[in-house]
Amino acid sequence: MSPLATSEPSDITLDPAPSSGATELQNAVIRFAGNSQDGIQTIGGLLARLAGRSAREVMTYMTIPSTISGGPSIFQVHLGSGEVLSAGDESDFLFAFYQHSYDNHIGSLRPGGVCIYDSDQVQELKGDLDALQVGIPITSTTVEALGGSSRERGKNLFVLGLVTQIFKLDREKVVGLVSRQFGGKNEDVLRNAMLAFDAGFAYPVGDLLRVEYELQQGKGSAADKVTTDGNTAMVLGLLAGGVRYGAAYPITPWSTIMEQLRVELPKYGGLFVQAEDELGAVAMALGFAYSGHTAVTGSAGPGISLKMEALSYGTMAELPLVVINVQRGGPSTGLPTSVEQSDLLQAIYGSHGDCPRIVLAPKNVADCFYTAVEACELARTYSCPVFVLTDMALASRIEAFEEPDLSKHLHEPTLDLAPRGEEFKPYPLDGPTRHAPPGSTMTAGTYPVVTGLEHDEWGHPSANPGIHQKMTERRREKLKALGATLPLPETFGDENGEILLVGWGSTWGPIREAVGRLREKGRKVGAVHLRHLNPMPNDLETVFSKYDHVLVVEMNDEGLYGHGQLATLLRARHCDPKIRSICKTDGLNYRVRDIVSRVEAATEN
Amino acid sequence: MSTAAEAPKPLTKKDLTADHPTWCPGCGDFAVLASFFKVLEKLQIPHEKICTIAGIGCSSRFPYFVNGHGVHFIHGRALPFATGVSLSRPDLHVFAFGGDGDGYSIGGNHLDHAARKNVNLTYIVMDNFVYGLTKKQTSPTSPKGFKSKTDPTGAIDQPINPMKKLVYGGASFVARTHATQVKHMMEVFERAILHPGFSVVEVLSECVVFYPGAFDAGNPRKGGAFDLIEERKWDDTPEDAERHDVSDENAAYQLASLPFPGKFGVFYETDRPTKNQLEQIWIDASREKVGNASAADLLTTRFAAMK
Ligand SMILES: Cc1ncc(C[n+]2csc(CCOP(=O)(O)OP(=O)(O)O)c2C)c(N)n1
Ligand code: SF4
Ligand SMILES: [Mg+2]
Repeated sequence: MSPLATSEPSDITLDPAPSSGATELQNAVIRFAGNSQDGIQTIGGLLARLAGRSAREVMTYMTIPSTISGGPSIFQVHLGSGEVLSAGDESDFLFAFYQHSYDNHIGSLRPGGVCIYDSDQVQELKGDLDALQVGIPITSTTVEALGGSSRERGKNLFVLGLVTQIFKLDREKVVGLVSRQFGGKNEDVLRNAMLAFDAGFAYPVGDLLRVEYELQQGKGSAADKVTTDGNTAMVLGLLAGGVRYGAAYPITPWSTIMEQLRVELPKYGGLFVQAEDELGAVAMALGFAYSGHTAVTGSAGPGISLKMEALSYGTMAELPLVVINVQRGGPSTGLPTSVEQSDLLQAIYGSHGDCPRIVLAPKNVADCFYTAVEACELARTYSCPVFVLTDMALASRIEAFEEPDLSKHLHEPTLDLAPRGEEFKPYPLDGPTRHAPPGSTMTAGTYPVVTGLEHDEWGHPSANPGIHQKMTERRREKLKALGATLPLPETFGDENGEILLVGWGSTWGPIREAVGRLREKGRKVGAVHLRHLNPMPNDLETVFSKYDHVLVVEMNDEGLYGHGQLATLLRARHCDPKIRSICKTDGLNYRVRDIVSRVEAATEN
Repeated sequence: MSTAAEAPKPLTKKDLTADHPTWCPGCGDFAVLASFFKVLEKLQIPHEKICTIAGIGCSSRFPYFVNGHGVHFIHGRALPFATGVSLSRPDLHVFAFGGDGDGYSIGGNHLDHAARKNVNLTYIVMDNFVYGLTKKQTSPTSPKGFKSKTDPTGAIDQPINPMKKLVYGGASFVARTHATQVKHMMEVFERAILHPGFSVVEVLSECVVFYPGAFDAGNPRKGGAFDLIEERKWDDTPEDAERHDVSDENAAYQLASLPFPGKFGVFYETDRPTKNQLEQIWIDASREKVGNASAADLLTTRFAAMK
């Protein structure tokens, strides 16, 4: 077949901005669909980083197969010169590496979009499609460029070259990023990468596309942004927050946090241990906490379930511990590489007994950093386990954000082993928790035993009913005191009106975009996003009262009584029947248009 | 009061004594506690550096009875908790205590891994062949035929062999003693404490309520035999070749295979780098590689690399 097979041209309607010559794009959603071993994550990551360097907004989305030996994988990059809130419902450009990639993703192309497919691999095209389809022999041209060696390798770099050419990206910057990515390895690797890249960059696509594109320069600040994924941002937040010790057991999508901590912590004089299982991991982490350190453990659902008994000890003994749950689809092994927000009630209530603890959720990649820092602070201040509920989507999504100001967000840990005097009382009914880490001298000569048995203010075990009542209150009131300090979340969109959307976690971007679209359609819509889920801020009812509908958008099931997990909590707290749920459990991120149509359906009269 | 620098007050048994133990009168664990006090007194470990950690069980109440920094954690997980303390606080002397259920059943996997990692701490197991605290259920060391509340007609499962488990697991010091033999108990405790690495002492400690007489066969006063392991003296005599080489793993298994009550003393001892040392080597190398940079510098560099 002709290597230059091109289907009927069609109108390009990619938010074109008036310009001479090239079509200027404000936004472009580019989807790469291939197999996981093709290294499309690498080019996606490079493009995201490039965007961060060009003051453009970026958000990426990827799926990776849960099987080890490859399998279909996609990486979607949403580049924009304005605010980019979601990874994009539909793609403007699709790069399809295989027939299966083409078949599965051609539907994600927006009408009038462009599909570039590997004509060596894709044999059957869909006719009758409102899209420009361009075949390029990606495999054979790459093999040729590499002198017939390393078959199949380098296709990603070839495609990166194509993308650089098509969107008139700054070649020098791209090459700089490629060199940084591959330069550390042996010379051949970088040379081959560059050969493939140049072949793509020089490939004569111009004639095939018929239209020239150019991405508008961003209007953001001139300073280069930090570009990374949520798990990496979380790691950096933990380091900045003062975590120096941790322990865990591997599980997707948590593993990349522990892998990084294992390497990073020794640089800070600390240590991360791979434990035999999650029961051991949480116990070790509590051992670190007891020893006077800010410590972390983490996992995904199955492993978090295993940690629950020990976490109740953390509440009882009032030990500070940060616990990260990178949520994925459950129950059981569930959907290991899909996204879900179904562990909220577990985080709050998953341990036995009346076991209050703090639960936070970051809204985007940058917020993974700030939430981790805050979790560390809260763990120390309130001396209890602090959950951070991130998820599969945030874990792997890449975003560009302003470099955090370390003068405001850095905690240098110290070990306080000063002697404790006569008056030492670890659990005073009228004050904050105090600890005497091992190694501190007790000047009165009596040393403390930290216990999971109910105990009095001095930590002595006691089964006295009055004491259990008082100490239960003490543990609860600590968190209520925190709740009283929390500001109401900012309202986005209309301050009052018809519909309030309430969300938490990674749905922040799509919810905001949905608010925008609904308002464009003339609806009066606002949104609040909760970062503090336990305790929640007080007075949320003052916000709810300003709207006719309060719709809680979550990626979990509506349960037996018709309400998602956050909605259940809000209904219990505010007793407001106006609070309803928009839920789903398909393991995929919310698309903006899903939220829009669900909101419209829920508010139809 | 005094202006001159005070010499540290010697640590006495009195300083170490806390609440009166709540064990049943006659429980073997009393003698374990008394021996532990005496060894600490002898070794003069600084008071504030003593840290005792236990899970759940009668024996696991140990930390309450020692006046020192202590932790009464959850059932079966004392060792990983103690691992966290040991690895992050090289200044401390970390001790873990527990029973056969806590250590060999619910905590059995943690034991293997603390052993293989050779975490620097001393673990004392008070093995009474029964669940004491929960009032007489079968334990992983209950012999076949033992009548318990969960096996009223006699235990049917083969018991584990703790000594084999410990040697196999990789513990770098493994000894066995009997709670009625205080002098011997003190000797092995002392050697265990002085051993760098993961040292374990299995103490046959009778539960007089739920398994009375379990260890009479190892107690000369009850007509039994307290047979000691004779260790190699390396004196080139022909009889020395018959003695036990504590560094010989196979010989340790052979000792562990003897029929009950078997022999007492050190089964196995080897000098192997501890996890504490190996991690410290990595920490030092990592710090050096980054030029001992501050956290702020490390993070700033990292952000720059992500631009
Ligand atoms: C997770 C959990 N499961 C069960 C128990 C109940 N429990 C407490 S101690 C114990 C057995 C203790 O036996 P052992 O460790 O031999 O100690 P002993 O009392 O004999 O000294 C059990 C089953 C518990 N506390 N926690
Ligand atoms: S029940 Fe047995 S093990 Fe527990 S204290 Fe009494 S004698 Fe000791
Ligand atoms: Mg027992």
